[in-house]
Amino acid sequence: MEKIIAQKTVQVNEEGYLTNFAEWNKEIGEEIAKENNIVLSPKHWEVINYVQNEFKNEVPLTIRKIGKSGVVDIKEFYALFPVGPLKTATKIAGIPKPAGCI
Amino acid sequence: MKRLVILGAGTAGTMMANHLHHKLNRKEWTIDVVDERTEHHYQPGYLFLPFDIYKPEDIIKSIKDFIPSDVNLITKKIDRIVAADNYIQMAGGDQLHYDLLIIATGAKIAPEETEGMNGAEWQHSVFDFYTFEGALALRNKLRDWQGGNLVIHITEMPIKCPVAPLEFAFLADSYFQHKKMRDKVNITYVTPLSGAFTKPKSTAALEHLLEEKNISIESDFAISEVDNENKTIVDYGGKVIPFDLLVTVPTNKGDELIARSGLGDDLNYVPTNKETLQSKDHANIFVIGDATNVPASKAGSVAHFEADILTENILHFIKSESLSATFDGHANCFIETGNSKALLIDFNYTHEPVDGMFPFAGVGPLQLLKESKMNHWGKLAFRWIYWNVLLKGTPIPFVSANMSTAGKHFN
Repeated sequence: MEKIIAQKTVQVNEEGYLTNFAEWNKEIGEEIAKENNIVLSPKHWEVINYVQNEFKNEVPLTIRKIGKSGVVDIKEFYALFPVGPLKTATKIAGIPKPAGCI
Repeated sequence: MKRLVILGAGTAGTMMANHLHHKLNRKEWTIDVVDERTEHHYQPGYLFLPFDIYKPEDIIKSIKDFIPSDVNLITKKIDRIVAADNYIQMAGGDQLHYDLLIIATGAKIAPEETEGMNGAEWQHSVFDFYTFEGALALRNKLRDWQGGNLVIHITEMPIKCPVAPLEFAFLADSYFQHKKMRDKVNITYVTPLSGAFTKPKSTAALEHLLEEKNISIESDFAISEVDNENKTIVDYGGKVIPFDLLVTVPTNKGDELIARSGLGDDLNYVPTNKETLQSKDHANIFVIGDATNVPASKAGSVAHFEADILTENILHFIKSESLSATFDGHANCFIETGNSKALLIDFNYTHEPVDGMFPFAGVGPLQLLKESKMNHWGKLAFRWIYWNVLLKGTPIPFVSANMSTAGKHFN
């Protein structure tokens, strides 16, 4: 479905995740963060850049992986994105919600 | 002579030995299987051990009884794989050269990954049922447990048999009913996932069953520690869940051997092409079963379907042909739901479990994603099939390696 975020029309799924990363920009990230009651600090952006890079390299994301990324440890990750950190961070980053493989 | 070496004589390794000893030209190839253990455990049986449904002797047989006589079984510990030079360094100092290697070293629990998990309460009020010792200790505990808060918990994905903790919850409900003490037990199911399962349709069906059986669910729980003193589990977000009896599925990891060999990812799983099952880093290494990092269930049924595909690709590889057999992620799992009923799910990389009939469209006799007695008898019959058909590499009639969409209700 279509949604207008930060004055741009983008494709999202029923949970509000962008379905085409090419449509993402920083303003969209900030807008989605605001919807989740988060104001993005430079540390947030470091995490967002990290998850976007992992996505581009087709590496599946897990909370464990974030904890070992060298960007943040798990406690800091929860402090930055308090409710469901991986789901929130990926949503802001414009990449798919991690599947939690089966 | 050329040498094919299989590491691991569990479900996947044993099936590959049985397939390949027929299929390889034995004037050209010798086959070795290496495993330090002597016992083969029917791992799905660990689920039934705590509830006194199976006895230890039902689930343990000798590895050598399932390895063909023209295959060398080497019962020794492996130090590491030296992939650059195509040999296995054995712990005693011997070296075993290979032309082709199949890694089937599985996955195991790693409670030490979580703070406090294997602390003072380990096997007192904190148990696993993914090992024989754990399942047996839990059986002894349950026999005279007086009730309280039973917490069933998954640490992180992926785990072997991802439906097993749900089955444990359902069987626990049924077990305490039969002991006339269900009213003394609160059952809570705690998962790092957003719901009971990973795929939408089965999540809906399974959450309905949890509700029906009065089992509460705590989702999105990422454990930071087991607090042994206060008998609670705590998550990174600060949520605290008290327990009197914690049955946890610890982090699962590939074998330490993979880490020593420098062949694994951060959980010791070997990066593997999800279609051909060839190692991503070494052309003459193939990987099967729980040891791979492919995004399929870690389950015996998956290893069984993979074994058919891998056998074809090994033969292609030997003839220098392209690896044309492709695995689709097919899994087929019975889910015990208690009171002599079970569900059946059938799915792959791209198709989630849905309802319908199996294996014959419109006829069954097994029903997908619905509780039935027939499915339960299917699950119990599976133990016989495992020992007598599956390990021997004999195809299961009417169930193909790649998934069939016939008889299923996709929207």
